[in-house]
Amino acid sequence: MIRTPTTEAAKLIFKRDLTLAWRRWDEVTQPLIFYVVVTTMFPLATTPDLSALRVISGGVVWVAALLASLLALEALFRADVEDGTMEQWVLSGQPLGWLLLAKVAAHWVLTGLPLVIMSPIVGTGLGLPVDAWGVLMLSLLLGTGTLSVLGGIGAALTVGVRRGSVLLSLLVLPLAMPLLIFGARAVGMQMDGDSPAGPLQLLAAIFFMALSLGPIAMSAAIRISVEN
Amino acid sequence: MSWTWFHKLASPPHAYRILGRMAPWFGWSSLALILLATWWGLVKAPADYQQGDGFRILYVHAPSAWMSMFTYVVMAVAAGVGLIWRIKLAHAAAAACAPIGASFTFLALATGSIWGKPMWGTWWVWDARLTSELLLLFLYLGYMALRASFDDPQRADRASAVLALVGVINVPIIHYSVEWWTTLHQPASVTKFDKPSIQIAMLIPLFIMMAGFQLYFGWVISRRLRGEILRRERNAGWLKEAA
Repeated sequence: MIRTPTTEAAKLIFKRDLTLAWRRWDEVTQPLIFYVVVTTMFPLATTPDLSALRVISGGVVWVAALLASLLALEALFRADVEDGTMEQWVLSGQPLGWLLLAKVAAHWVLTGLPLVIMSPIVGTGLGLPVDAWGVLMLSLLLGTGTLSVLGGIGAALTVGVRRGSVLLSLLVLPLAMPLLIFGARAVGMQMDGDSPAGPLQLLAAIFFMALSLGPIAMSAAIRISVEN
Repeated sequence: MSWTWFHKLASPPHAYRILGRMAPWFGWSSLALILLATWWGLVKAPADYQQGDGFRILYVHAPSAWMSMFTYVVMAVAAGVGLIWRIKLAHAAAAACAPIGASFTFLALATGSIWGKPMWGTWWVWDARLTSELLLLFLYLGYMALRASFDDPQRADRASAVLALVGVINVPIIHYSVEWWTTLHQPASVTKFDKPSIQIAMLIPLFIMMAGFQLYFGWVISRRLRGEILRRERNAGWLKEAA
């Protein structure tokens, strides 16, 4: 039996998911619109004064990004589990963790990366100064990456469950709190003129931990969901 | 030395019997210790020079905060054992732990908030410990929600076990991130009360109370685990013989 190399299989999954998303473009844009709508609500709910909004701008952008990427996560594994593709992956003899990581990476490119790119525009609307753009984008880059892995574990656990989306938020949001703390504080420190290196390095550490341990948890969760 | 006693523990009928025999010991000893510590803490221990008698709620707050973390670790270890060695009883133990842990967490939050009213002047302050207790409560609620959303008990066991293990890795990260977050924000006047220099006369009843809470946990977990075994083994033959 000829076995496809794992990197090749992972690449195929990555490409397939990008192609699928390209053909159903609205699923990619919806979380982005949600992201903009949520950040619009804060000035309306508090004050149009930019200097007052600036204080909370980093936090608001971060909260909106967390919620928007959660929204997209719910459907991450559903289609593949429902049509049996996932069972084939489990049986394929390939390391399941790598295949799932490829899928999560594709998902991040489609949902996490656009959020990162949009964030300066959204932040500017809240009075975020230009010199904080870089830190905001870097923190979101690390944060959404970690969140995709955490959310992947959550999505794998809730894939066969009724009302999975509310449950998914309930499981993933408490786990994502440290990301929010470090990310929003990094932006705040940059605006206050402090060096944001500390929280950014902590974010990077959490990201690499999620990257190394996450696939193990994800594949365990998928096996449980697919088995029955 | 042989390990048969250990393997026997994993069999539901045997565990059911042993737990039934142990429960009253846990129950009565915890009642005795908690009563002793309550008397000691409320009557015998001296009042704090800064906080007056208000500090005495510590004797409920600190042990319940400690037990809330302890229970999470016990739950995660039980879940891990259940997942790795596929021991059904370990999953049952993890299931029995979650509501107890959530109750301890809630108790720690409530007593912390009651203590905060006279000390800080408000019912709620975003203090590091209170905030991480709140996040711990969210973790417990998520765990219980995941468990409740499966119809098949075996899938519920294994899926929630994965969540408990992911959670237990995250608990220290959450704890330290929250601590870091509050040290950046909090004015120093609040932290004055944060680490009170506690006297030995105040500590003794605290330790007794902690031991009492620990034994109370033993009592509740024995009773809940027995209930869990009954529920899971309701169609088993050995139950009919026992009844």
